[in-house]
Amino acid sequence: MRIKKLLVANRGEIAVRVIRAARDLGIATVQVHSEADAGMLAVRIADEAVNIGPPRSAESYLNRDAILAAARATGVDAIHPGYGFLSESGAFAAAVEKAGLIFVGPSGATIDLMGDKAAARMRAAKAGVPTVPGSDGVVRDMVEAAELAAGIGFPVMIKAAAGGGGRGIRIAEDTDSFGRLAHQASSEARAAFGDGGIYIERVIERARHIEVQILADGTDAIHCWERECSLQRRRQKVWEEAPSLALDPATRERLCVSAADLARSVGYTGAGTVEYLYDDATGDFHFIEMNTRIQVEHPVTEMVTGLDLVAEMIRIAGGEPLRIRQKDVGIDGHSIEVRINAEDPSNEFMPCPGTVTGLDVPTGPGVRFDHALYQGYAVPPFYDSLLGKLIVHGESREAALARLGRALAELRIEGLATTAGLFEVLRGTKEVRSNAIHTRWLEPWLETNGAMISGMMQREGETVA
Amino acid sequence: MAHEIKSPIPGTFYRRPSPEEPVFRNVGDTVVVGDTIGLIEVMKTFHEVKVDAAGTVASFEIEDSDPVTAGQVLVILDP
Repeated sequence: MRIKKLLVANRGEIAVRVIRAARDLGIATVQVHSEADAGMLAVRIADEAVNIGPPRSAESYLNRDAILAAARATGVDAIHPGYGFLSESGAFAAAVEKAGLIFVGPSGATIDLMGDKAAARMRAAKAGVPTVPGSDGVVRDMVEAAELAAGIGFPVMIKAAAGGGGRGIRIAEDTDSFGRLAHQASSEARAAFGDGGIYIERVIERARHIEVQILADGTDAIHCWERECSLQRRRQKVWEEAPSLALDPATRERLCVSAADLARSVGYTGAGTVEYLYDDATGDFHFIEMNTRIQVEHPVTEMVTGLDLVAEMIRIAGGEPLRIRQKDVGIDGHSIEVRINAEDPSNEFMPCPGTVTGLDVPTGPGVRFDHALYQGYAVPPFYDSLLGKLIVHGESREAALARLGRALAELRIEGLATTAGLFEVLRGTKEVRSNAIHTRWLEPWLETNGAMISGMMQREGETVA
Repeated sequence: MAHEIKSPIPGTFYRRPSPEEPVFRNVGDTVVVGDTIGLIEVMKTFHEVKVDAAGTVASFEIEDSDPVTAGQVLVILDP
């Protein structure tokens, strides 16, 4: 293992998660933080902490020079980027390597290749992975784009070739709206990324979001089975499971093998996720994109496979070959994760930064709570609203749903509104219990049941007060 | 009597709809109820700050893209 000291270039719950994995491997940790994050949990538990700048992400967590300076000053061997921020910046990964340090993740070139949606799609097709019908590459001419869209068939999805994270995606229902939306998407992408190229693909109306975890060492790649993340709001996942009960064993095998094949074909290194849309009606799956980093929802895979994915990605970055053979990765039972955000479900999910005045953390068999909270912690307004992830495991999906109920009943976060209460309602919903859901199910359900959710949150507020 | 427009939520205050665009309002501008005078970014979402009284913008009490707390005065209006 070439890594003796690791710098964590992230914040919140994932910084805590990375520090824990490093410490389990006997690696010392340096936590960088903004001025607004001096009191965060990761700073408290890391061996050292370095202030890298003002609250604004652009001046701290996205400030490459400040992070590299902190790395030099503290003498680390490696930098773990977590998710978000610089985790999918090929330029940052390359700068880390150029500074003589290890980037915990794939090479800058691989990040750039798989981060370019059009290029990634071509690599997927080449590796034999089915893709959603769409433009075979980046389109910069909007007249050509309109012709392509008509050929693919409406509705179509318009994405910035250089974008990411599900933000800024537009859906055009016909030629007229396409002309307007494609122009918007292109000028927005030019302003944000300096590249107005767009990419178009057909919208699959009732699809499940299924993704495959992979681990690779540059030579070989294995998959660690799939996760289903079909419960989404504004294209952000709110509830994730492993495995997906929508897949039969033969489809699961084909889907997961295709992800490992893609990773192997690009000489991938580290942990990554290949995302697919799965069409219940036809049983077809289609590649959407690859995320070249650890994902928020990685714990559900850890719960059913028994692997420590963050530790494995650090080992690989430290020069160790893959320690696990494909045939040794099994699926034990079922796991569910729900995202506890500082948002008020009874008020259109308005973000609610504030101070945690009381905290009870659920524990017991089959329960894990990955979070960044402590009593007295002031959640700053400058970053993502994710406070933590409540993860449960059971011998079956039914048992996991029961455990989720038990854990949610024990969880108490006082001082700010969170999404925790929403999950108790969702857990009892017929469609969720029977897994009869798709990526566009949750939003209309929230619209229809808004009053009921508000009423439920109100009652919960009263008992807490 | 001067009127204070306060931030309803904590976050980051912006005077422009996006970095390339001009500011919503300048000192000396006349405003009416419902006009947007700025944005607050909180946890990666943006919320418009609306004017809640008619008047003339006397001063901005905070710079563009500075952090704000809930209840902090953003703008002072002269009637």
